[in-house]
Formats: sequence, structure tokens, C-alpha cells
Amino acid sequence: MIRRSPLILGKKTYETITNDIAGLTEKLPDARYFAGLAGAQGLMIIFLLAQGAIVWWGMGLMGVNHPVGWGTDIITFVFWIGIGHAGTLISAVLFLFRQKWRMSIARSAEAMTVFAVMTAGLFPVLHTGRPWVAYWLLPYPNQRGPLWVNFRSPLVWDVFAVSTYATVSAVFWYIGMVPDLATIRDRAQNKWRKRIYGLLSLGWRGTARNWNHYEMVYMLLAGLSTPLVLSVHSIVSFDFAVAVLPGWHTTIFPPYFVAGAIFSGFAMVVTLMAIIRELVPVFKDYVTMDHMENMNKIIMATGLLVGYAYGSEFFIAWYSGVEYEVFIFKNRAFGPYGWSYWIMVTCNVFIPQLFWFRYFRRNIPWMFVISIFVNIGMWFERFVITITSLHRDFLPSSWGMWVPTIYDFGALFGSFGLFFTLFLLYIRVLPAISISEVKPVLYVGREEDQHGHH
Amino acid sequence: MDIIEKVIAFARPASRRGVAGIWDDEHKMVAAASKVHQAGFTQIEAISPFPLHGIDDAIGIPRSFIPWVTFVFGLIGFSFGTWFTWWASAVDWPLIIGGKPMWSLPAFVPIMFECTILFAALASVGALIFICGLPQVDPPVIDPALSSHKFGIWVPEGSKGFNGPQLEQIFKDHGAVDIKRAEF
Repeated sequence: MIRRSPLILGKKTYETITNDIAGLTEKLPDARYFAGLAGAQGLMIIFLLAQGAIVWWGMGLMGVNHPVGWGTDIITFVFWIGIGHAGTLISAVLFLFRQKWRMSIARSAEAMTVFAVMTAGLFPVLHTGRPWVAYWLLPYPNQRGPLWVNFRSPLVWDVFAVSTYATVSAVFWYIGMVPDLATIRDRAQNKWRKRIYGLLSLGWRGTARNWNHYEMVYMLLAGLSTPLVLSVHSIVSFDFAVAVLPGWHTTIFPPYFVAGAIFSGFAMVVTLMAIIRELVPVFKDYVTMDHMENMNKIIMATGLLVGYAYGSEFFIAWYSGVEYEVFIFKNRAFGPYGWSYWIMVTCNVFIPQLFWFRYFRRNIPWMFVISIFVNIGMWFERFVITITSLHRDFLPSSWGMWVPTIYDFGALFGSFGLFFTLFLLYIRVLPAISISEVKPVLYVGREEDQHGHH
Repeated sequence: MDIIEKVIAFARPASRRGVAGIWDDEHKMVAAASKVHQAGFTQIEAISPFPLHGIDDAIGIPRSFIPWVTFVFGLIGFSFGTWFTWWASAVDWPLIIGGKPMWSLPAFVPIMFECTILFAALASVGALIFICGLPQVDPPVIDPALSSHKFGIWVPEGSKGFNGPQLEQIFKDHGAVDIKRAEF
């Protein structure tokens, strides 16, 4: 029989797993962690300043104008929503496929989803320029008729898709944490600690009757999240594909966006895990090199899918015989924004090919660098789609250029500060590895002390 | 005693007296639970830090009915999405937009889909919380390690078929590391 490699290193027992993971929430982290947190918060302050100024003085501070009405806010929204997709893929899709290696990264991947969607959600709201009336996006009974939202608009579909996704992801994440919060509650020595985690754990008791329903609901949520995650980026792609603009109006967009989302999301999980394994060394026993290698394989596979989509777009533009469609793709690769196209292709198609080699798949510094390139490439993919199609369409008289301002950069780079601040706080406050999910897979690959029959 | 203590004491769920056995090894606990069930004990609670294979059969827990809740609320969500997009767009204030029909069904599919998922997911979680009797304020804990690395069986006194000495004997025979009277 082929030997399975262990999913958890270091000869853990149930008790040491609890001590490792619940222990993270019980002691003060070291200086490196605080340095990382301070860096993230510094970036978050830039985000607050940039967005504060934009809300105060108006959207004129950003680069968007006629004809390019969608700029950094929309590009970065699509980027962050895409990042979130890998979390759901790990927590739901790999769960349904009974992939046991998912257990130790599922919680952090879900947290990444929730924080990425939170970050993403701010951008379209701020892009409206009047975030204080963002509730107009929802169909609520109002005093203007009531005047309902236009359900034929992809932008309204997006409101429903993203808010449903945010709600279901947050609930899935929280329900997964309830038993682990009860574990932390039961260990608590401090009165307030016991109360706070007791409140968060909802008074979970861990009886077989409760686990029976719990496991069923977990599977149902995984089953519901799987079509949901595919729908979300499909609907995000409809924001573009339903418009009649050359370069946007293509049927390949939904699968192309979903593949890109998984690609960028897994790259972000690799980036985060490479950092967390350094900042919180106990993670190295749970998120092993095998986990990182598996994720790198998925990055390579989805990178090839994305590369295929880039090629297919050019082929269809030529094959359609539509003059405007042909022009827009020539302009994409060789026009004034051609540099962004080649950044995208280099980062997303060429660089991930290094993962054909085992050495790169199992080398932390290399995979960290490659994952950063993928993140950059995927931001530029959305840049290419949004900007190049808008800046030159049918009539040369309505052509123009888009130039970002310092506020665009502040909003983009600052959003990483918001995301990383949330993530670093989560790592030390909530159970960052699913305690009740890693215990059942503890003995996988440990034949020498096979623990009974599973 | 501060105000929070008073609130906790007021809201704490009623507990019952019973006999508990504690194990280090989940397989021994499942075997013991099976034996306890066969011996005619009822209202057996098996407490573990993670879901255990075979415990449902061992103490006779039926398959969860929650998928029916998911299904029914999925249908309700789907119907609501279908009805609401139709009512808002074609009945309450019909507006011609882009020359499309008032009831533009294909364009409403995303809304109908998202409503289906949202209703089904929230109802499933609501059903879980309801059926497990959550949230509970400061529920009784037999042993704090039961949410970490130990496994327990508890049977309430006065339940049908309860026999204290026989229960303790079964626990002892199956290698319980601790047997005690406990409220749960």
C-alpha cells in the first residue's frame, strides 16, 4: 500500500493539539507579530486617509473620468472578491471531495474569505461617491412610490450575490468555530475570558446528538456554498459581460473569472501561510510542506486555465470578424496600456510554470515570491479588462486615457493594510486552526501507531 | 456578586443529576456507549471534542432531519425571489427599461438563485441552533477536558431503565478513567 504522508507533524496528541491552537489565544504574541501588526495598521491608516479624503471632497480626487468611469475602486473590488473564492473552495469544495488535507488550512482560508469580502465590499460602495446612501442599492419599501431597484441590472445582481456570499461565508466560518470556542471557554482561567468565549461559543456542549446535527449542517453549508461561490464571480463577470463593449461582451467571462478567482485566491493563501508560518511557528506542524505543495499545484493548474482564456479571447476576437473586437485586443496587447497586458501575462502565465518543478513547489521563499507575482498579475488582469476596454471603444472621438492619482494608490495599497490587520488580529483571538476538524485526521499517515480502526 | 453574575445565574439552563464516565480513548467510549444502549438505558448523552464515527449507531441517534429544513426553505427562498422580482418589476411599478419585457425572467434568475441559497443556508443554521437548544448561558460542564482530549458518557438519574450500579459496572468494564456523579 502506498504510504500517506502525515497531515500533522510532531507526534501530537489530542491534548497537545488543543494546547497548541487554543494556547495561541492565551498568551501574548512576540515582537515579530507586533511588528507585522504595526506594519499592517500603518497601511490601514493610509487607506482611511485616502478613502476619508475621497468621501469628504469627492470622487474627483481619483483618476476616473470620461471615458474611463471605472478605475481603481472597481478593479480592486473584483481583485478582493476573487481572493475570497479560494477560501470557500478550500472549506466547501475540498470538504465535499473528502480532501483530508484541507482540515488544517480551512479555518484560515475561510477567515481570508470573510476579510477579503469585507475589504472588497467597501470599494463599490465608496465608488458610488456617496456611500452614505449605499442602502439605495437594496430593494426596501421607500417613500418614492416605492421605487424598486432595477432587477434587470447586473449591478443589482452583484449586490445580491456579494451580500449573500458575505453572509453565508461568515455564518459558515462562525458555525465552524463554535465547538473550538467552547474548547477555549472550557480552558479559560480568567473570569472575563470564560464569559467572552462562553458567549461566542453559544454554550456548545459537544453531545453526540448535537454533533449529529452539526455535521449535517456543515455538509449542507458546504453544498450550498459550492454553487454560491461559482455564482458570485460569474455574476461579477456579468457586470462586464452584459455590457455591449468590445472586450467585455464575451460568453467566456464567467468561467474565466471563476478560474482567475481561484488562481488568485490560492496565491493569497500561500502568501498568508508563508507569513503566518514565520510569525506563528506552531503553524509549521499543521500547515506542512505537503499543504503548500498541494496549493501550488492548484495555482499552476488554474494558471494554465487562465492562460487558456487569454489565448481564447484573442482567437475569438479574430474568428468573430468583428472589427471593433479585433481592434480592442490589438490595443490591449500593443496599445498605450500594452505594458499592463504583458505584466499580466508574465505574472499569471509564465511565472507559475516554475511550479512544474518540485523544487519550486516545496521551497518557501520561492513560492512566496511566485505567489506575490500571481497577486500582482491578477490585479493587472482586472486592470486590463476594465481600463483597456473603456479607454478606446467604437468612436475615436470618445477615446481617452486614465491616469491614477495618489488617492488611487492610497486606496489600493491601503486595502492590504485593512485585510492584514483583520487577519493578524484573527490569528491570535480566534481558534486559527479548526481544532475539532484536525483531531479526527491526526493519525493519517502514522501507520506505526495506527490508532484503532477508522 | 456583580450584575453579570446575577444575569448568568438567572439564564443558566436547568441541569439534571446523573452518572458520568470519562475515557481517554474514543474507541473504548464508543464501545461502552453501545453496551449502555443495549443494556436498556435511555437519554444517553455521549460527549466528545469532535464528532465520532459510530456513536450515532451505538446510542441509537437517527439521521438528522435538517436537510428537510434546508430543502423547504430553499424552495421558499426560490419562490420569494421569483415572486418579488415579478411583483416589483411587473406589478407594483412597471417601468420599461431597455425595451425588455416587464417580467424579464432570465434576468431575474441570479436574484432567484441567491435568494434560494440565502434562505436555505440561514434556515439550516437556524434549525441547528434551535434543535441543539442554543444559545445557552454557562451550561454545566462535567469535565473541561471533554472539549479537548477526553470522551464522556452521561445518563440522567430517573431516566427510563436507569440502574446506577449496573451503569458504573459497564463503565468500569470498558476502561473508564473516571466515574462520577455529575449534573448536566
